Amino acid sequence: MPGSDPSRRYGAWWQSGAPWIWLNAAAIGTGILAVAGLFVLLAVRGLGHFWPGEVISFDYRTNAGGLHIVGARAGREAIARNQYLEAVADDPGAVPDPVERWLVKTGNRREAAPDFRWVFAHRATNLAAPPDVVVFERTEWGNAYGFLVGLAENGVSVSGGPTWAALTERIERAGRLRSEIDRLRDSEIYEIDRQLERLRFERRRRALDGVERVGDIETDEARLRAAYRAAAIRRAELSEALGRDEVSIRLMDGGEATFPLGTIIRAWQPNRMTVRAKLGHYLEGLWSFLSEPPREANTEGGVFPAIFGTVMMVLVMSVLVTPFGVIAALYLREYAPQGGVVRTIRIAVHNLAGVPSIVYGVFGLGFFVYAVGGTLDDLFFREAQPAPTFGTPGLLWASLTLALLTLPVVIVSVEEGLARVPQRIREGSLALGATKAETLFRMVLPMASPSILTGVILAVARAAGEVAPLMLVGVVKLAPALPVDGNFPFVHLERKFMHLGFHIYDVGFQSPNPVAARPLVFATALLLIVIVVVLNSTATLLRSRLEARYRTVEN
Amino acid sequence: MDATCIEVDDVSVFYGERQALSGISMRIPRRQVTAFIGPSGCGKSTLLRCFNRMTDLTDDARVTGRILLNGHDIHDPETDVASLRRQVGMVFQKPNPFPKSIYENVAYGLRLQGGLSKTELDDRVERALTSVGLWGEVLDRLQASALELSGGQQQRLVIARALAVQPDVLLLDEPASALDPISTARIEELIEALKSDYTIVIVTPNMQQAARVSDCTAFLNLGKLVEFDATQTVFTNPAGKQTEDYITGRYG
Repeated sequence: MPGSDPSRRYGAWWQSGAPWIWLNAAAIGTGILAVAGLFVLLAVRGLGHFWPGEVISFDYRTNAGGLHIVGARAGREAIARNQYLEAVADDPGAVPDPVERWLVKTGNRREAAPDFRWVFAHRATNLAAPPDVVVFERTEWGNAYGFLVGLAENGVSVSGGPTWAALTERIERAGRLRSEIDRLRDSEIYEIDRQLERLRFERRRRALDGVERVGDIETDEARLRAAYRAAAIRRAELSEALGRDEVSIRLMDGGEATFPLGTIIRAWQPNRMTVRAKLGHYLEGLWSFLSEPPREANTEGGVFPAIFGTVMMVLVMSVLVTPFGVIAALYLREYAPQGGVVRTIRIAVHNLAGVPSIVYGVFGLGFFVYAVGGTLDDLFFREAQPAPTFGTPGLLWASLTLALLTLPVVIVSVEEGLARVPQRIREGSLALGATKAETLFRMVLPMASPSILTGVILAVARAAGEVAPLMLVGVVKLAPALPVDGNFPFVHLERKFMHLGFHIYDVGFQSPNPVAARPLVFATALLLIVIVVVLNSTATLLRSRLEARYRTVEN
Repeated sequence: MDATCIEVDDVSVFYGERQALSGISMRIPRRQVTAFIGPSGCGKSTLLRCFNRMTDLTDDARVTGRILLNGHDIHDPETDVASLRRQVGMVFQKPNPFPKSIYENVAYGLRLQGGLSKTELDDRVERALTSVGLWGEVLDRLQASALELSGGQQQRLVIARALAVQPDVLLLDEPASALDPISTARIEELIEALKSDYTIVIVTPNMQQAARVSDCTAFLNLGKLVEFDATQTVFTNPAGKQTEDYITGRYG
């Protein structure tokens, strides 16, 4: 019986091709697992950051003496006993194996640095979760942890004492005042500044043109200065109102700290919160991460400007690269006489896709920023010089540089799409009296539109993740204003912008407080991937609809 | 009006070095059906494609001699190829409906010309579909994709598409070779019905079909016009031995 011979059975199995199927399945499985694993890792390390975890207090024994610690556990790990004993002088009899080590976030960076401490679990005693402990999220100096002991209005303790209700009520008031100040700064004062700047340019322009009449400018300037003074007085009033209240807390070492209530964004008592309240707090924190600008050198606050900048840059890039790519592919495939020259161009285009992206960055800086932008400034913005307007890195140049970078993938993809449109469809159109151009634009291009979208999808995926060239042509650590706002002309492509990819680099590796920023790195990375996925799936959805529409029965 | 619609005068076609047609001269009568028959590769499709200058699309094709359509030289530099092709409609071997709706397929040529109102467009589409007997079948699904139609319906749609732009001449390049017998019969009936309004030239590999539908038949072999006469004559009393051999099935 042939089946009973193992070597023949094995040979038959080999011949059946099954091993290759298994190999393919394994490769696909590994790929999917890697992607899923990446998502899980980023989600676990990044999203946990916003959960209002329990705040613990304990007595801690160090070799120098004891101290009392209050803080939130931000991480734990195990280290080998002998490794511990080598580094720390301790009684070997009292050391467990392995030794557990906690990272405790004690906050209070201004009052008692450092804000993160590693502690050994076996040296902690009297571990408790005090219900009264309060966590404050502040606009500066990071979180504060402590127990509420005082609440003062204009330097006088409030009647009724420092109750939780009084605190939250006053924090809400401070929040309203802060957003009022922000609004005043971002719209009114900004607008006055902008108009003054314009008048200053107007004055210079007239000086350059030899016009001496400046009376109308001076009138306008006087009016604007008056408006500015009024706004500044209002701002000062608001700031004073914001500084009315002060809060005092008892720190973990027994000392007290007092800080203005106006700097508090949120306060919560994690050990008193129900799961439901924690969930609400969590969603609120997540939302402010998505919707607010960063604070404290990007280690706190949100990433909204970076999200906005990334999406905006990718969209402008797509708008620029699509027509260029389509036109180039149309010429190469439909009009250029096929021969040596076209073949050479095609090879060159394919090779462009392999040029390191930093080279595009250098080119963008040299050509777009300095040559093109500098010329634009000379021609149209000479009144602003020597300050550059377009002759400096900005969103437009970054988008153009990335458009150039992604042009090859769009060309290649569109060319393939054009090649797939059947000859008999073209002949059918031509036979009805359509010219070549009419056939291309009414029949061939719509049928190739799924391939155009494929090109755009590939371009978006590449552009959204690109960081290196952007550092040269427009991305900054902190952009003072978004590239789109309510001020004319609403879209400001000359502005510098923030980008999630660069934000990850900056927060993760250029941060003054890396331990505090680490969860934000994971959260930002997750966000970047999610944005790429969303952009891609939108385009993919659009493509499959187009494909269904232009499917020919057989090609 | 002149009884000759297309006058072919000493036409030769070269694909690069290879000569596909040599010295063809013939007069294709107006409002009649003319069939081109001959073994495959004899150049009958090439000759057909000369009439609306589809040969221009082949990079290395070169046409010499004169072709007069209603007395005008189609290779004259003054001739606009697009308007020539509107005058000389063409239907291909395999149905090639555009991946658009039935309505848009028929309206395509009309939209290219432009200048028609929505009602005029609707009217022309309806007339074109009616003339190929498709109107009743697709009345309730004009906006459905043309690709949902059967092969025979698709071929009639393509004919309607060509008729919508109101050509003088209709070139049919083996229009039924990809269809089943019933669809073929419908196409043949259609040709019969259309010949009172159009000059029709049909290339067919099927001699019975040529005999059934055509008034005149041209027999081509090896790029030469061997015989061109009334169909009756060609099939019953061919002048040449070659023609007789082909018709009786000795080769081809």
